[in-house]
Amino acid sequence: MVDAAPGNDAVVSASFWTRLNENRTVLGLWFMLPAAAFLIFFLAYPLGLGMWLSLTDAKIGRAGEFIGFENFTWLWGDSVFWLSVFNTLLYTVVASVIKFAIGLYLALLLNNNIAFKAFIRAIVLLPFIVPTVLSAIAFWWIFDSQFSILSWALIELGIIDQNIDFLGTPNNARASVIFANIWRGVPFVAITLLAGLQTVPQSLYEAATIDGASKWDMFRHITYPLLTPIIAVVMTFSVLFTFTDFQLIYAMTRGGPVNATHLMATLSYQRAILGGNLGEGAAISTAMIPFLLSAIMFSWFGLQRRKWQQGESDD
Amino acid sequence: MASVEIRDVRKSFGPVEVVHGVDISIGDGEFVILVGPSGCGKSTLLRMIAGLEKITSGEVSIGGRVVNQMPPKERDIAMVFQNYALYPHMTVSENMAFSLRLRRTEKALVTERVHIAAEILGLMPLLDRFPRQLSGGQRQRVAMGRAIVRDPQVFLFDEPLSNLDAKLRVQMRTEIKELHQRLRTTTVYVTHDQIEAMTMADKIVVMHDGIVEQIGAPLELYDNPANRFVAGFIGSPAMNFMSGQIQGVNGTAVLRTDGGIDLPLQAAPAASDGRPAVYGVRPEHFILSDEGAEASVVVVEPTGSEIQVVADMGGAHIVAVFRERHDLKPGQKICLQPNPELVHLFDSDNGQRL
Repeated sequence: MVDAAPGNDAVVSASFWTRLNENRTVLGLWFMLPAAAFLIFFLAYPLGLGMWLSLTDAKIGRAGEFIGFENFTWLWGDSVFWLSVFNTLLYTVVASVIKFAIGLYLALLLNNNIAFKAFIRAIVLLPFIVPTVLSAIAFWWIFDSQFSILSWALIELGIIDQNIDFLGTPNNARASVIFANIWRGVPFVAITLLAGLQTVPQSLYEAATIDGASKWDMFRHITYPLLTPIIAVVMTFSVLFTFTDFQLIYAMTRGGPVNATHLMATLSYQRAILGGNLGEGAAISTAMIPFLLSAIMFSWFGLQRRKWQQGESDD
Repeated sequence: MASVEIRDVRKSFGPVEVVHGVDISIGDGEFVILVGPSGCGKSTLLRMIAGLEKITSGEVSIGGRVVNQMPPKERDIAMVFQNYALYPHMTVSENMAFSLRLRRTEKALVTERVHIAAEILGLMPLLDRFPRQLSGGQRQRVAMGRAIVRDPQVFLFDEPLSNLDAKLRVQMRTEIKELHQRLRTTTVYVTHDQIEAMTMADKIVVMHDGIVEQIGAPLELYDNPANRFVAGFIGSPAMNFMSGQIQGVNGTAVLRTDGGIDLPLQAAPAASDGRPAVYGVRPEHFILSDEGAEASVVVVEPTGSEIQVVADMGGAHIVAVFRERHDLKPGQKICLQPNPELVHLFDSDNGQRL
């Protein structure tokens, strides 16, 4: 009798442990653990730390104290911050719209049977493969005030008679960095949309041909609607990448001239790391979150399975 | 409605010619089926009629107009595809109305035409569904509805039933035939299934390797196949072929098979003694009797309505079908008597009927 009690206990606890592990919910949590740990350490922790820093007056080399929303109130009255918000929005909207237009055009072009198709597709991908900093430096040279190949070519052609100051005046600089961003971003949009185009069955175009559709009708009524789910994905990513862009700007202009090309990301870096005001820089970064969230919400609704996508497959 | 004339039509893909000069004349309101094994050029021919494929040489005319250079939309045809090709993002009624909408037809008229077609096909309750929410048979019907709405001169069907299960296929077969009897629109229908061809067609065109082997009414092809290919392709189970030599025995002509078995002939072709030939007899034209060609049973396959017997006759496997329920065992010796009136004789070299 006396011996039996601990033995019984062992049986009960073992079976509880086993039962726990056979529970579907618990098992599910177990399986999620590695991925969740990864996400917490590498995404949630830095994000949380950044948000916490934005509420402190931390400086490099000195742990900050909680100061509430003081950083944000300060930024509210900072014209450079508002300029960077304007720049970021301009940069994102203009670059994304043009990237979409050119990318879609290229995708439609590459979806046709053209000579050297594989070769041309490979070439289109090139800007995407080159490291951003490398292409930024190349653009820096192309847009250089003295040695610009563009200015040189235009002068040789007799179109202009003195060098264009691409990166030296605010609007020229904005146009130049947007151009570089478009150059770099088009391949991603084009290749992804091309992949989307290839999922549209050929027989739909044949059916439409017989129904009497012109090329434009086919694009308008078949290609475009069937491509919308992919467009939503591509444009969400494109907007997020563009909004948070840092490398291109930092390598080409460092935000100048007179902050004309400062994006929120570059301004945040300048204030936090170079200026040493970690709290203020973190606040600028945190201020990006509402914009990014709204972009994600937008695509969340755009990405929801449309009614026609529900149900079984098409064939 | 219109007639369709196909004159010496050829099609090459690069250096490879896949359709070698086809002539078919399709009468107004006729239901014509192009049938043949895969790769015989039947779908290519249909796509040339539709205008989806360029005609390399020859002429296709619809309703008296040569359409070679005409884009599909001006040919006044409608096509039903094997995979239905329904627009996945449009509802059933939008799918059906699409061609009319493109032609800027008045809205009220579009609705009316769609409703008429939906009524005919029993699609009224499904008009607001999307293709993904339909079963295979329903999608098939929508594809036909899309064709009917346009009220074209010619319907083209490209293997429309091959994605359906066997039971539904039989049902849709009847529906399509019924539809044709009701609308009387000239129809060209492509299939590889000879049963579909036999059951539905007014006229069958048997194609093989890019040429037309024979054109005729279903029973005409069944009774008088022009060559060995048609004889073997039409009819299920397929016709039995045995090669041998024609010989006169006791004043009557027989075919002595390579296995040494004498098979009766009604009348030998003139001066044919000793001539090699192929003897063709359909499984259903054997009679189980006390005399005739000896064979031993290999397999017995009852289907309920009939029994199929696979037997070894002089080294060749032949199939016989009986409607009576004979009690046969594997290995059993039987005597099979072909009905000499229903026997076919083919040239052993070129396969033409003798």
